[in-house]
Amino acid sequence: MSIQSAGDQEERSVAAPGATAAVVEQEPAATGGGASWLRNLLRGDLGQVPVVIGLIIIAIYFQIAGNGFFLTPQNLSNLALQIVTTAILAVASVLVLLIAEIDLSLSAVAYLCGAVMGVFSARHGWPAPAAILGGIAAGLIMGLVNGFFVAIVRMPSFIVTLAAFISYQGLLSRILEPQTTLPIRDNAINSIAVYYLPDFLGVGLPVIALVLYAASVLVTRARRQRAGLPVQSTGQLALQLGLPTLISVIVLVGVESYRGVPLTAMIMMAIVVIFWLITTKTAFGRHIYAVGGNAEAARRAGINVVGLRVAIFALASTLAAIGGILEVSREISAPANVNQSLLLNAIATAVIGGVSLFGGRGSVWGVIPGVLIVGSLINGLALVGQPISVQEMVEGVVLLVAVLIDALGRRRSVTGYR
Amino acid sequence: MAENGTSTPGGAQGAPRTGEPALRLTGISKSFGAVQALTDVDFEVWPGEVVGLVGDNGAGKSTLIKIIAGVNPADSGHIYVEGKEVQISAPTDATRLGIETVYQDLALADNLDVVANLYLGREDVAPRIPSLGGVLDETDMERRTLDVLSQLQVTTLKSVRVPVAALSGGQRQSIAVAKTILRNPKVVLLDEPTAALGVAQTRQVLRLIRRLRERGLAVVVISHNLADVFEVVDRVVVLRLGRRVGSYDIGNTTQETVVAAITGAEFGAMTAE
Repeated sequence: MSIQSAGDQEERSVAAPGATAAVVEQEPAATGGGASWLRNLLRGDLGQVPVVIGLIIIAIYFQIAGNGFFLTPQNLSNLALQIVTTAILAVASVLVLLIAEIDLSLSAVAYLCGAVMGVFSARHGWPAPAAILGGIAAGLIMGLVNGFFVAIVRMPSFIVTLAAFISYQGLLSRILEPQTTLPIRDNAINSIAVYYLPDFLGVGLPVIALVLYAASVLVTRARRQRAGLPVQSTGQLALQLGLPTLISVIVLVGVESYRGVPLTAMIMMAIVVIFWLITTKTAFGRHIYAVGGNAEAARRAGINVVGLRVAIFALASTLAAIGGILEVSREISAPANVNQSLLLNAIATAVIGGVSLFGGRGSVWGVIPGVLIVGSLINGLALVGQPISVQEMVEGVVLLVAVLIDALGRRRSVTGYR
Repeated sequence: MAENGTSTPGGAQGAPRTGEPALRLTGISKSFGAVQALTDVDFEVWPGEVVGLVGDNGAGKSTLIKIIAGVNPADSGHIYVEGKEVQISAPTDATRLGIETVYQDLALADNLDVVANLYLGREDVAPRIPSLGGVLDETDMERRTLDVLSQLQVTTLKSVRVPVAALSGGQRQSIAVAKTILRNPKVVLLDEPTAALGVAQTRQVLRLIRRLRERGLAVVVISHNLADVFEVVDRVVVLRLGRRVGSYDIGNTTQETVVAAITGAEFGAMTAE
């Protein structure tokens, strides 16, 4: 599975002159060639390149500073477990940011839904699947409440979700009273976070996904050729297929040499892939970007903007609930306090991953490099013995730099456009 | 001045005005509170005709367009599409009747590419997943986008996969027009299509309007720029203070006459009909 949604690149590539009757080159400055191809990649989903370079620098630094422990399979496996909740909440943030809104209640929703599941399981003796579904349903309802106030009443999402955050924090301590931590005794729930997939699934699922991906790229290419549309060059095709394969092989070899693929990491990847497919391959996803880019244009085009906003907030909180449930499973208890850094880590992950705070720009795939940066910093700084205070300061600087790169990149591309 | 040379009074140059007008309005009145925005206005446009709707600020041009587009229904009056009386009380009524409006702000999503904008809200989907609106058929949409753009001879785009933010004003206008063409309209309303465009881009848009006429569409152009209007339209309808004060065939009138009608400086012109 690749870091980039390379599948889109071929469709965005510059049409070759004369390839079609209607599209004729008139601006030689922008004519295809190596440079412009690279520029297109940087502008598209491969805008991740600076993030990936940053990631490599971070890895090398902690590898040296941490006496070679950072890049061991054991630590990377730990890292994979640590980032799951942040990554899932970051996917939720991406969805909300894409429609030019913000959801500050995600972390509170996550912990509250984890606690709801915990209460169902530990106090009411519900079986694990029922308790988990109860937690997820609670998330869905909280998302609908956010969506109602934001989309239908048209209140600013910043205020609505801030109010939700504060109330849910209170509600969380309330439902766990008199305890401050609710221990979970259900084995099924507790084992989710420590379960490693058997090899036939751990390796098999990514292989199936890669095969499907390659097939869809090749089928699309063949269809475009038949329709007389420009297709990617053989080199681009090789990169498009080779890069995801290469990254998958490296990651799989790494995790398999320790204990295999953690179930939660597979859930995280599945969520990223599913939401990438929804946002890029369906009409619903197209409408998400349209609402974020120009809500009035979307409305005039007959898109149900209000319904879409409600759906996005509902999806975001449902995802947050899943993230919270996995977190409770990892901690084998439901705490009465919301982890204060979770929300900002999730939003930082989305922004570092290239999602614009102004809506309509960015890819769900950006969550993976984004969360690897945030996660590696936290993991690495802890590894070299730095306290939380230093971790937070470093993370703040990284977030600022990410937004700075984004802002500079946007300014450059705007001047390049005209 | 007009590209097709002289014409006889009452006859458009582009196409003979035979049969029913594509769109006819009679006795349209509209008031906003105490302000009478339109009083007993008639308007008509035939297939294959480009009509300029001109007038000073507050003359009622926008009000009339909004009535036709269904944004603000009229208080009284009748609307006929191809001779049949219709009710237009919402934008969806207008689009259902084949009336498409290109607003001045174009309503394009800057972050989406040309294909996505053209098909926004009516995407081609392959297998249907109801709750998600179906899976996009990008290949088909891109092919048909290229078709439409080549029919309209929009030839300056380097790719239909660039975000429309990267396009020039003229190109954006072309995309907005192409978007309406995809719906096979009978009448296209263009609100200030050349405002804020450079010389070359204005020419590009005027060419596009001629192409719409060649396709047999009825085109209404609202514009402040009389030079542009005179270059492309067959007829101008002048509104002043909410009343229709004249309809002039381009072949036998001058900009001065039209300006006089717009400002009301020459009262003789008011009876030019």
